[in-house]
Amino acid sequence: MKLRHLLILVLMLTATGMGLFLFKWQVLGFPVQAHRDADTWTVEARVSFSRATAGPVKVTLQLPTAPPGFVIFDEQFISRGYGLAMEGSGAARRAMWAVRRAQGDQALYYRATLFRGQGPAPPAHSTAFPAVPQLEEPYASALQDLVGRVRQESADIATFASAAMRVAQESDDTMRLLLGDRPDALARAQLVLNVLHSARIPSKIIQALRLGDDRRDVPLEYWIMVHTGEEWLYFDSRDGTRGLPANLLVWAWNAEPVFEVEGARSIAVSFSMRYTIEDALHVAERRTALKHPRIMEFSLLDLPLQTQSLYSILLLVPLGALLVVVLRNVIGISTFGTFMPVLVAMAFRETRLLNGVLLFVIIVAIGLSIRFYLERLRLLLVPRLAAVLTVVVLLMGVVSMMSHRLGMEVGLSVALFPMVIIAMTIERMSIIWEERGPAEAMKEGVGTLIAAAVIYAVMIQPGVRYFLLVFPEILLVLLAAILLLGRYTGYRLTELVRFRALAGGGK
Amino acid sequence: MWRRWRALNEAGVMGINRRNADFIMRLNPRRNYPIVDNKLLTKALAIEHGVPVPALYGAIATPRELRLLPGMIADKQDFVLKPAHGSQGDGIIVIVDRRKGRYRTSGGRLLDWDELEHHLTNALSGQFSLGGLPDKVMVEYRVLFDPIFDEVSFQGVPDLRIIVYRGFPVMCMVRLPTRQSDGKANLHQGAVGAGINVATGVTLPAVGVGNVVLDEHPDTGAVISGRTIPHWRQILLMAARCYELTGLGYLGADIVLDAERGPLLLELNARPGLNVQIANQDGLRRRIAMLDPLAERSHSPEERVALARDLARRGYTAHRAA
Repeated sequence: MKLRHLLILVLMLTATGMGLFLFKWQVLGFPVQAHRDADTWTVEARVSFSRATAGPVKVTLQLPTAPPGFVIFDEQFISRGYGLAMEGSGAARRAMWAVRRAQGDQALYYRATLFRGQGPAPPAHSTAFPAVPQLEEPYASALQDLVGRVRQESADIATFASAAMRVAQESDDTMRLLLGDRPDALARAQLVLNVLHSARIPSKIIQALRLGDDRRDVPLEYWIMVHTGEEWLYFDSRDGTRGLPANLLVWAWNAEPVFEVEGARSIAVSFSMRYTIEDALHVAERRTALKHPRIMEFSLLDLPLQTQSLYSILLLVPLGALLVVVLRNVIGISTFGTFMPVLVAMAFRETRLLNGVLLFVIIVAIGLSIRFYLERLRLLLVPRLAAVLTVVVLLMGVVSMMSHRLGMEVGLSVALFPMVIIAMTIERMSIIWEERGPAEAMKEGVGTLIAAAVIYAVMIQPGVRYFLLVFPEILLVLLAAILLLGRYTGYRLTELVRFRALAGGGK
Repeated sequence: MWRRWRALNEAGVMGINRRNADFIMRLNPRRNYPIVDNKLLTKALAIEHGVPVPALYGAIATPRELRLLPGMIADKQDFVLKPAHGSQGDGIIVIVDRRKGRYRTSGGRLLDWDELEHHLTNALSGQFSLGGLPDKVMVEYRVLFDPIFDEVSFQGVPDLRIIVYRGFPVMCMVRLPTRQSDGKANLHQGAVGAGINVATGVTLPAVGVGNVVLDEHPDTGAVISGRTIPHWRQILLMAARCYELTGLGYLGADIVLDAERGPLLLELNARPGLNVQIANQDGLRRRIAMLDPLAERSHSPEERVALARDLARRGYTAHRAA
């Protein structure tokens, strides 16, 4: 009955802890290892215009919407004095700035921070067969001619599309007829679209930015997305290369101008961008704050840095406690005090293992001999403890000074060594020494050091500390393990040795 | 390793984890612990239940009361100083003789009054008590041990440890002091333990430090096994009565044999050690499994002793419920 109760509790704790962990890891994208970098881009669109006389201005800017391969996790609008309204959703988001009176050169900024990764699904586009474009003669027959040529050079929809784009780059008589003398990129893309639509292939022009580090005045490129009947393919409208490069950011899912300005002149938009490497953890945090603000309110990562570093150590204590449980109750190592090995292990973090063990042994050994001397003075218990404590602090000072003189910096980090703990150890060790003999005292002392070394070895892993700080809910799983070990009634490993004489005696 | 695990399990050997989780926690209510942890209380209750104990000369509670000690021991040549909350025999001083203001311990050391006072002050401030709490010191009768163990113990008082499970004496051993244990009957301190047949009260070969089976006492060289312990039934009965006395379902009773007064209860232990299994070369769980059906019905201490001895006579094998 009680066992079932415990099992249910353990199961619930494990499920909660693991569930939260998996959610944060898989859904929110918190990295399980430290120092995983994430590609982050900051892209800025600058809309500039000027107005000679004061008057109303209205600016519309298309904003990137669910670009494939990117996640937008931060957007900023810098527009002093302008009213800002967001318009539209799905495939076309727009920012609308408006001001009653504007004069002189004006600039509005939109800044997006993007993170490379799988974001929300791109908006759905119509895959219905488009109507054949109705053109007047002689354009209609010129287009027909072109479609015929492209069809001859292609085998399927994908090759048809890419052939159409190659052909559209030519400048023969047909082209000049269809595009005029000085065609721009949009006109050529439009022609490709006409060719595709003549073959009744669902297709669209989209506008994209090619991201590069620290680039300014990057032009928008026209890309054409073509539906093969199964999926959308993306083609560069200038040369027909297929597939979106990793650094291509789809800005608008249409061919319309990305910005419009009403009531001003000499209007222009320019894009600039910067590439930064940010800690993936930081990215995940900001992304979570964007999507699930509630969760971040309960995160330790939201605490001030100083408190965080304190917690990253505090969170290791339960892990150390679990290890003590395993070492004592399953393996059967005897140690001074219950959780003393944890404290000693934490002290080792400052001094490194070998130096820590050396310091511990030296200080305890000298302290012990002084304790035996004090024993002869017949002091009362508490004053004697206080005297040992004072001696321990003095010893630590001497060790630090000596190691400094010898040019070893290790001794200096001793300061955090838990001196009260050492004083108590000396006291307990001396009592055990007298009552049960030096062998027992040594056994417990060595056991404490071994346990502390094992705990230290686990604690020192940078991954462990990071992991617990980012996923403190794992403590619930640790708690479940501790509870479960609380009902462990099997033999301790050392008991297998202790009772070895009985192993054969059952017959 | 796994094979040894299985062998131990089949032999019914009890490990510390199982003792703590399945026996002590289940059978020993925490509120009854003071009865065994405080030896003054144990003594008072034992007298109430008709269990003989060494006579108490007095108790010292504060360093001021140390002045009362000479009065308590004025007409005694020998006595024992024992912290009321001491564990595992720590802090006990046995004074066998007094001469010219000096006190001779059972180990042969001579202590002057200052040294004695220092030791007692330490004891009063809790050096030997569980958790280091301030303690009292009992001054009591020194047991004149029965000559039965004279040739198999080195000074000190050999004592009998009886494990009592739900009122049934289930496993016993005699702990024999050695030179190494400074006259104390404590296995941690180097004493040797010899199992005792519950049915007959005859000793088995002893087991010393490091699980070595030795049939001769390391100091005296006398044969340990085959000695019949006198007053055996009465000893078992005393141990069985401790169940009613403490309300603890799993306890260890430490009993000594006095030459004049017979068996005396020295102290009780709510967390008895597991070495008794080594001394008896047998597992506790195996015996307990046989006792459990009997323990379902309530019996008087006399009945329990009879049932336990009957079970032991049959070697703890299949039996019919009595």
